[in-house]
Amino acid sequence: MCNQSVGLIAGVIEKAGIPTVSLSLLLMVTKKVRPPRSLSVPFPFGYPLGKPHDAKLQHQIIRAALNLLESPDELPILQDFVTA
Amino acid sequence: MARLEDLKLTHRLFVAAYPFRTSDWAPGARLEKPLSQSKFALISSAGLHLPDQPPFDLEIRGGDVSFRELPNTLDVRELRISQRSSDFDQTGAREDSNLVFPLDRFRELAERGEISTLNHRHFSFMGSITAPGSLVSDSAPQVAEMLREDRVDAVFLVPA
Repeated sequence: MCNQSVGLIAGVIEKAGIPTVSLSLLLMVTKKVRPPRSLSVPFPFGYPLGKPHDAKLQHQIIRAALNLLESPDELPILQDFVTA
Repeated sequence: MARLEDLKLTHRLFVAAYPFRTSDWAPGARLEKPLSQSKFALISSAGLHLPDQPPFDLEIRGGDVSFRELPNTLDVRELRISQRSSDFDQTGAREDSNLVFPLDRFRELAERGEISTLNHRHFSFMGSITAPGSLVSDSAPQVAEMLREDRVDAVFLVPA
């Protein structure tokens, strides 16, 4: 339900004129909710940024998500995070 | 990614039958400046709150749609979690709150000049909401309005 909540909050903020990007832990839910920009990450519930205290991995995920904000592609954008 | 099979059977059956709501945002907003000139705010749905803030109410039917304002000055080690979802394994987040609310990472991005700055406040929700009507009509719009007042350029959201 967290993935639905985040997608819905993202939509409300986006509609207010502020671009958003969200992480997704459950692709099936995100595909239904369709937030504007979402990065699907290959981690379990509770671990959206990968691993505790792994700053390098956390930065890779954030960078991949921020890239979606700069993408000129048509919305919604749903991309998979691929570990470097 | 997490898989549907990771959920308990009862939750899996619920998710399979649940009429997920589609997010209504068309036509969408565009970032009007480079990331290096953009001010960011973070939103987490992990149920985070500070020790002096009331925890989320885990008893409300349909879920607690309220939010907590998290000041940008906080130390992530202060954060507490009140979360109803039993599917959310809190072990990692208790060890490092950046796992669900990457404030330290965004501070590093700002220090390195990759983003301009962080907003003076961020927001926390408890994402386990099965009846999101008032989330969409009331609490999320309140947060959106505050972010507009703060002239935030972009928002990064994290589920748990």
